[in-house]
Amino acid sequence: MRLPYSLQLVKRTEETPKWLPAVTSLGAVVVAFVFSGIVLALMKADPLRIYQYFFRAAFGSWGAFSDVVVKATPLILIGLGCSVAFRMHLWNIGAEGQFYIGAFFASLVVLVPLVPLETTPKFVILSLMAILGLIGGAVYGFIPGVLKARFNINEVITTLMLNYIAVFWNNYWIFGKYSDAGFQMTRTFPNVAWLPRLADLAKQYPVFSGITLHLGVVFGLVAAVIVWLIVYRSRWGYKINLIGDNPRAARYAGIDITRNIILVFMFSGALAGLAGMAEVSGVVHRLQERISTSYGFSGVIVAWLAKLNPYAVIVVSILFGALIVAGREIQPSGVSFMIQGTILFLVISSDVLLKYHVRLVRTEEETA
Amino acid sequence: MNLDVILRAGISTGTILLIAAIGEILSERSGIQNLGVEGMMLFGAMAAFKVSYESGSVILALLAAIGAGGLLSLAHALVTIHFQADQTVSGLSLTFLGTGLALVLGEGLTGLNTPTVPNATIPLLSLIPWVGKIFFTDQNLLVYFGYLLIPASWYFIFKTKPGLHLRAVGENPAAADTLGVNIYRTRYLYTFIGGCMAGLAGASISVAISPGWYSNLTTSGQGWIAVALVIFAQWNPTGAAVGGYLFGMLRRFMLDLQGPTMLLGYKNPFFYDHNLVFFLQMTPFVLTIIALLWGSARARRKRLGAPAALGVPYVRGERGL
Amino acid sequence: MTLPTSIPESPAVEMQDIVLRFPGVLANDHVSFTLNKGEIHALLGENGAGKSSLMNVLTGLYKPQSGTIRVNSKKVVFNSPKDAILSGIGMIHQHFMLVPNQSVTENILIGLDEPRFTLNLKKYDEKVRELAAQFGLNIDPTAKIWQLSVGEQQRVEILKILYRGANILVLDEPTAVLAPQEADELILTLRGMAAQGKSIVFISHKLNEVRAVADRLTILRKGKTTAEGVPLEGLTKEKLASLMVGREVLFNLKKCDQEAGDTVLMLEDVSAMNNKDLPALKNVSLCLKEGEILGIAGVAGNGQSELVEVITGMRTCTGRIWMGGKNIANKTPQFSIEQGLAHIPEDRVGVGTAPNLSITKNVIMKNFEHEPISHRWRLDYTAANNQAKKLREQYDIQSPSVETQARKLSGGNLQKLILARELSSQPRLVVAMQPTRGLDVGAIEGVQQLLLNQREQGCAILLVSEDLDELMDLSDRIAVMYEGEIVGIVNPKVTDINTIGLMMTGMARRGTACDDGVFPPEAGQADADAGAQTGETDEAAQADAETATPEPPAPPEEEIEPAMPAEEAEYLPPETEKERILRKVRGPDWNKGGRP
Repeated sequence: MRLPYSLQLVKRTEETPKWLPAVTSLGAVVVAFVFSGIVLALMKADPLRIYQYFFRAAFGSWGAFSDVVVKATPLILIGLGCSVAFRMHLWNIGAEGQFYIGAFFASLVVLVPLVPLETTPKFVILSLMAILGLIGGAVYGFIPGVLKARFNINEVITTLMLNYIAVFWNNYWIFGKYSDAGFQMTRTFPNVAWLPRLADLAKQYPVFSGITLHLGVVFGLVAAVIVWLIVYRSRWGYKINLIGDNPRAARYAGIDITRNIILVFMFSGALAGLAGMAEVSGVVHRLQERISTSYGFSGVIVAWLAKLNPYAVIVVSILFGALIVAGREIQPSGVSFMIQGTILFLVISSDVLLKYHVRLVRTEEETA
Repeated sequence: MNLDVILRAGISTGTILLIAAIGEILSERSGIQNLGVEGMMLFGAMAAFKVSYESGSVILALLAAIGAGGLLSLAHALVTIHFQADQTVSGLSLTFLGTGLALVLGEGLTGLNTPTVPNATIPLLSLIPWVGKIFFTDQNLLVYFGYLLIPASWYFIFKTKPGLHLRAVGENPAAADTLGVNIYRTRYLYTFIGGCMAGLAGASISVAISPGWYSNLTTSGQGWIAVALVIFAQWNPTGAAVGGYLFGMLRRFMLDLQGPTMLLGYKNPFFYDHNLVFFLQMTPFVLTIIALLWGSARARRKRLGAPAALGVPYVRGERGL
Repeated sequence: MTLPTSIPESPAVEMQDIVLRFPGVLANDHVSFTLNKGEIHALLGENGAGKSSLMNVLTGLYKPQSGTIRVNSKKVVFNSPKDAILSGIGMIHQHFMLVPNQSVTENILIGLDEPRFTLNLKKYDEKVRELAAQFGLNIDPTAKIWQLSVGEQQRVEILKILYRGANILVLDEPTAVLAPQEADELILTLRGMAAQGKSIVFISHKLNEVRAVADRLTILRKGKTTAEGVPLEGLTKEKLASLMVGREVLFNLKKCDQEAGDTVLMLEDVSAMNNKDLPALKNVSLCLKEGEILGIAGVAGNGQSELVEVITGMRTCTGRIWMGGKNIANKTPQFSIEQGLAHIPEDRVGVGTAPNLSITKNVIMKNFEHEPISHRWRLDYTAANNQAKKLREQYDIQSPSVETQARKLSGGNLQKLILARELSSQPRLVVAMQPTRGLDVGAIEGVQQLLLNQREQGCAILLVSEDLDELMDLSDRIAVMYEGEIVGIVNPKVTDINTIGLMMTGMARRGTACDDGVFPPEAGQADADAGAQTGETDEAAQADAETATPEPPAPPEEEIEPAMPAEEAEYLPPETEKERILRKVRGPDWNKGGRP
């Protein structure tokens, strides 16, 4: 079979232009929306109206935008965690599970309760919840980390299996022991376990009334700075980069790979666990079913679309937060999932442009 | 709880995993790992259900599912073979894309009734005592297809020339290339076949073995289990058969465990505390991890392993040429 | 040399004005090449001169931008290797193109039109057996490739091509992986095939070997021919070298005479498994002193890699490895590094560097955990860059900047980068594995001189190489490895290369362990072990002052072969090597049908 034209890839000999990754990522997003528009049109929906609605639902008002940032918060934390793991080619798809376990651990502070809720200061309770969230996620990241490092078991599959397990685990507690009068949720947390919101300041500054933005976003921003320092300025970051680029060279350089695989998995899990804590403490104020709308998976895409750059993770997370906010308003329900999948596909496809010049060449007819 | 019932049901639902896993084995044997099985299955399940509903033809429904899975796998093939993208990430995005498309296009199908692939009893074979009752009586036609698929795919991989080429491409593409085997074409072909079979596996849920469309609960993670089975099976169809059927039986066993009030002379905890059922639901996923652990230990003992070129893009002239 | 050169027949292959361009490289610049029927034609040139590229054009792997190819006077255009095979051209690549977990027959059948669908291996096993017998290539068709030795795998490659009815064989540096005796056997086989009418292209950069095998030769330099189809008579080695390199090459290295100092490294009874869990090192004992280069000779795969890996802490083992009074066996690579061990790995790209990271990040690989590069958790990239700049200048690494990715460096510059990193740490012990392989002649000299300079500064060097000339030039002592054992340690000054060759195939043994018995105190055990003398010594050995040392614990009965004079060895080794292989492949009953 011979087509009249064929694609020819010519390896770039020069350095890839600095602006190109940003352009291809942006291009991927645009094309993904066009593709999804076509699918929607096939479904006899009006894509332009849907997108318009999308935009208004996400950026139409300060309140809407605050919702977007609230949704972006877990994405930032999870995306940052994934970006570190991906640098080592550890495909942690388990942020979803780590998020649930983080949320569960943090909730224990209130549900057990671990400290007397009436007398302990809010600051202490929140810190304790955050720490437990981090620990919960780290523990849950530890499992696939050990399986990968010691037994070389494919982490994509283990983390995915652990996601399902985490959901059933949470369900057991919220349907059973901590169920609120038989509903599939726990009782609402007391106010001391709530992360401060801007709306709390509404008395002094009426502008803020109804603004749901909570302290969790600060966790995200601080984490971004920390991740940046780790990756670009620290010894550990150097090790991560070296292992990621060539594990055999890293071993040769005396770096303990097993240990670092486990550590990175725990770090990645801890950030997802913190996101789970921020969600229960800052948004839903109780433990319940479906606290995550596939944050774990979206976080994977966020990290990849941001090309693993911690600051870009913030920007991309906000875009995806908007997708989620708008997505829950419209039917059919799979649209935002479809757009996310398309974006990721296009981003990895466009990576070829970074490595090669792509040319369309006429296939010549050869005769012997 | 009845052992025969568990075996029968296990063989039946195990067929779903079996078809998907053998498809993935073919794909991985050529060196392309496709983690998008879950997405392709869901998309296939939706396509089959929708076509069956609208056309009333089960044949068309199965073809639609095969085409749907195949179409998605071609996207994966293009990105990983030609563009040399990371197979893990591409497979993941295929899962998102397949799931998203299935949910969007499958809007409003929930709760509908459609024609399904019929069950059948094989004459003569069904008369064999016990075995006939379990394997050849009132099973779905696709279950019988599964029986044929196991030896056929095994023979194809290990005893035929195309199978030889398939193995060579997955183990040492540079060697196969110098001998005139077209690496790209081979990889495209088997990735496509793997996708088709994932689509068919999806259809075997929605229009055959447990009919209906329940959005993303239709597959509920079976695609991932199929991928894990491939490793457990050490890239061998017979292993996939054992694993698939065992898993099917296990699921049924879990279900049946909730019925009786007494269990081995004790009060059945799952009957009295319904919340413990969540632990039962967890079990297949826990066992998948354990199966992987066992598989990897076995592989080390027997010096088996994944195809050497699995996950590695092939570029002529870059690897030892 | 035999006759066919003068027969006025139409040539088997004519390549005219071939131009092959890769992005940024002109691999072949109007190259012409003619191969006569029944001749062995050597294609000579440095690495990167375009030899392999030219032959890849002939075998259909690359398409030239311009130029014509005629096979048996008929013009041909090859779009794929398959087309070339159909024209009767086959290539034996330097890196074997075999599928390890398939059988010999299966490997041979890949890509053929017959069988059409069902494999029916039994029938084809028989066919392969017959063909092998016809050309005197002994092999078991049902053996899996991973069970075969390197020499046997090469035979499979040759069979693969003969099975396809090839009349024109291209061999890319076929002897690089073989022991001298195996290489001799190969050359005999090739001569036999040429006599049966096959035309053979023999790619090489070894001057001596070319003189032994070829009827005519063509030399390439920087993508152009500097000699085309010249008969070999009357060409001196120096002349050949200058045609290849384009300048007079000095075959002289500055190596000063010096006394070895204290013991730096000592191995006692070290055994280890390979990746397939088979014994790869068997009770190896060695010692190495300051200011000394200990060469390790051996055919690839006889335990050299495993030896290096246990010393550098990358493989577990039994026994003890002493360095600076500490047992470094089964510790981490980090631990050996801290004891002052530098390691120049065999695989520069796969192990020695991180290809996508910058030169700076590659340079600091071994010392990034120390001042001034790092302060507590922080890594100071300014200091790292400064270090990289300094070393880039000192070792003359050609690159646009220290930010350049390592993968963009040429082989020679990459090796300089590794040397710069390893030697700048002022090591007490350097373990160098194949440090000059794949480098061009100029770069080889540079690397060898750097190693000699280290020796002069009192560093102990363990040099593993498959290039016997290199070992003879550089080493103070050479330890020969065969099937995971040290079969002897010789002094290169008084030993000829044939003796070493014999030892490499396990046919002769010599004294081992420390030559003068000065062990560190912990070594009493090994000293006592090395009590009984069992082996005989040959003529060369008697002249060798160093061989007064006793043999290691008695080796298994069958492995003791009476040592023989070098002349006799010329005839016997090929047969004996075959026997060894046959025994390995077919089991104890291998010889039922009588000696081939």
